[in-house]
Amino acid sequence: MMRISVYRYNPESDKAPYMETFEVEESQGMMVRDALLLIKERDPTFTFRHSCGEGVCGSDSININGRNGLGCITPTDGLKQPVEIRPVPGMPVIRDLVVDMSQFYHQYRAVKPYMIHHDPVPEVEVLQSPQERDQLDGLYECILCGCCSTACPSFWWNPDKFRGPAALLQAWRFLADSRDQATAERLTELDGPYRLFRCHSIMNCVDVCPKGLNPTKAIGKIKQLMLKHMV
Amino acid sequence: MKLPRRSFDALVIGAGGGGLRAALQLAQADASVAVVSKVFPTRSHTVAAQGGINAALANVLPDNWHWHMFDTVKGSDYLGDQDAIEYMCRAASKLVYELEHAGVPFSRLDNGRIYQRPFGGQSQNFGGDQAARTCAAADRTGHAMLHALYQQNIRAKTSFFDEYFAIDLLKDDDGNITGALVMDIESGEPMVIEAKTTLLATGGAGQIFRTNTNAKINTGDGMAMALRAGIPLQDMEFFQFHPTGIAGRGMLITEGARGEGGYLLNKDGERFMERYAPHAKDLASRDVVSRAISTEVREGRGCGPNGDHVLLKLDHLGEEVINKRLPGIRSMAKTFMNIDLAHEAVPVFPTAHYTMGGIPTNRFGQVVAPMGNTPEEEIPGLYAVGECACVSVHGANRLGGNSLLDIVVFGRAAGNHMIEYLRKNRYHKGIAEISIEEAMNRLQRWERNGEGESIPDLKREMQQTMETYCGVFRTEEILKEGIEKMHALELRLENAVLKDHSKIFNTARIEALEMQNLMAIALATVHSALSRQESRGAHSRVDYPDRDDVHWMKHSLYSMDSHAMEYKPVRTKPLTVEPFPPKARVY
Repeated sequence: MMRISVYRYNPESDKAPYMETFEVEESQGMMVRDALLLIKERDPTFTFRHSCGEGVCGSDSININGRNGLGCITPTDGLKQPVEIRPVPGMPVIRDLVVDMSQFYHQYRAVKPYMIHHDPVPEVEVLQSPQERDQLDGLYECILCGCCSTACPSFWWNPDKFRGPAALLQAWRFLADSRDQATAERLTELDGPYRLFRCHSIMNCVDVCPKGLNPTKAIGKIKQLMLKHMV
Repeated sequence: MKLPRRSFDALVIGAGGGGLRAALQLAQADASVAVVSKVFPTRSHTVAAQGGINAALANVLPDNWHWHMFDTVKGSDYLGDQDAIEYMCRAASKLVYELEHAGVPFSRLDNGRIYQRPFGGQSQNFGGDQAARTCAAADRTGHAMLHALYQQNIRAKTSFFDEYFAIDLLKDDDGNITGALVMDIESGEPMVIEAKTTLLATGGAGQIFRTNTNAKINTGDGMAMALRAGIPLQDMEFFQFHPTGIAGRGMLITEGARGEGGYLLNKDGERFMERYAPHAKDLASRDVVSRAISTEVREGRGCGPNGDHVLLKLDHLGEEVINKRLPGIRSMAKTFMNIDLAHEAVPVFPTAHYTMGGIPTNRFGQVVAPMGNTPEEEIPGLYAVGECACVSVHGANRLGGNSLLDIVVFGRAAGNHMIEYLRKNRYHKGIAEISIEEAMNRLQRWERNGEGESIPDLKREMQQTMETYCGVFRTEEILKEGIEKMHALELRLENAVLKDHSKIFNTARIEALEMQNLMAIALATVHSALSRQESRGAHSRVDYPDRDDVHWMKHSLYSMDSHAMEYKPVRTKPLTVEPFPPKARVY
């Protein structure tokens, strides 16, 4: 048996959030999501997001024993009990483990996360060498789960002004792409004391990213490029 | 009933690749577009597609669209419509280049062109040597495409209704589809979206089976909405079992693993596909490989203590190839099986994967149904694309790499046709009150109190029943038993009640609404399977082991009312080239 303590809050009936402990049968190869599903079978009011079950859709970002991660690819084996499951920190809670991600998505949209190619495109592919393409590895794999930005103290304090690690990783994904032609406007957009420069290299983002990506490194590269453009 | 109402030129239901590609086309033509999705767009199931997208770019080996067309017709076991297949294969290269221009980070060859890998059922020169037609972004092609399409829609300022659940289509007094009733999942409040034209792009229904490669959200919502609106579903007996789901778990291992040189082994260490498909071996088409694996296991040559799976061997490819081309599945096998496939073989077994059937459409994405005159009358203003639709380019068996192609080709085609439709239909037609009331009834049914069946129990039983009675191998006896059991479950579903009637983010309510959709699709599948007395593509009848072109080279149409089956001819005439007549299908 595994003891698991989950954050509960239903705004229609609860004055304040509370933790509720369940005991669930542990099984071979069990993931945290499986345990949450067992709880939901017992108590259908328990609420969390999830979908693909294999770590590619990014729906089930939660805080597991104090650390952000995806429920579907975090094994229960070896977790300290009672396992404490909370919503990812710093976001308004809608219900139980479901948070309002609007601010996170807003910051993502704000970095213009799309290819900008000013020249007319050829009738075939824009050529890109394997080495140029390699620059995108570790960037394009982001699943927008929000584990990184919601683990970032700078994002907690300034979620309206600091773009946050996820959005900045995407900013660098396009800056690093040999096909993109909007370097100057991307850098201008990120200038100023907050949008980029609130990153203090605390590196929580790197620590929690379930896909093993490194937003801090990407942010460093943006800063370097900005410096190069200034001189 | 006074409900909040929003009005748009076009309504797109579903934000996977098909819906987003159509929305992009519409938004770029300055139509106002609403995209309704029950999950944030990048969580749609296109994100999980791994191997790639087919197009005869000829970047690696000689290729042309006509060979691709031949392979697709043959792969479909001659049930695919050849006009739609020609259209898709001709459009493929342009659509892939467009995706590249939209930012998709395709893997690259040394000369800077898009990397292409061999996939199952591909040939050069109409059945000759293996082709390499599948354009890939490592083994995360769907993820790369879905994000790029969402990003381009941000740029085009498409209106998104994220985490809104579509309850049902709405009609005007004349029966035209004029929008949908949706529910904001966060607030639990219903809302009417009025639209001049509506596109269903809601994906497949893999959740009707117990072990499947699909996400929890793949519940056939659009197909069920179409059924309830009186539209039949086409070819629902054809459900694809992917040969290489992780045994017992269901997660997908891409066909690209075999494309890169992986192969299957039975317990004797025999490369058994050589017996079933001497020429194509492990890259025969999916129905062939899935049946071969099932046969090996049934005849006692399965691996493991229970002899219930076979092994997929990849360790001979070397770490470099695996890290470069298959990093996603390496990490998945590690996470779920604690297996490093660079050093060990992975246990695999055929797993429910893809709904070949769906809402009948023509090659413009227009929904077509027999409305009294011909079997293919266009339903004005209603469109469907992607896995929820049946164009039919996949016929009885889809080729790997053709579904990512299907969604962008027909997403774009539907978008274009909707733009044309909007030019001729400038004003909203209105929505009949009765139509809104009927849709609201579907929602309010779940307010019922008292004791009753639980949705999770019913879902589990339905999935188990479908797996046991409507799986890879089928017989009349087993299917009849399955139908009986499914109807018993259907009755029990009517007595189900929710214990949670709260409004805010009530996922139990969503799951109940999804369960009704799944039940409708499962019934369509099992009824269609019983009726087709032949074996073709993914539909394998032990009691009718051969393909019967004389009696059965036709599409089936299942209607919800009294589960009636009708049939219509296959469109065997391509747009410009000579038809490919049915031949024995050997790989």
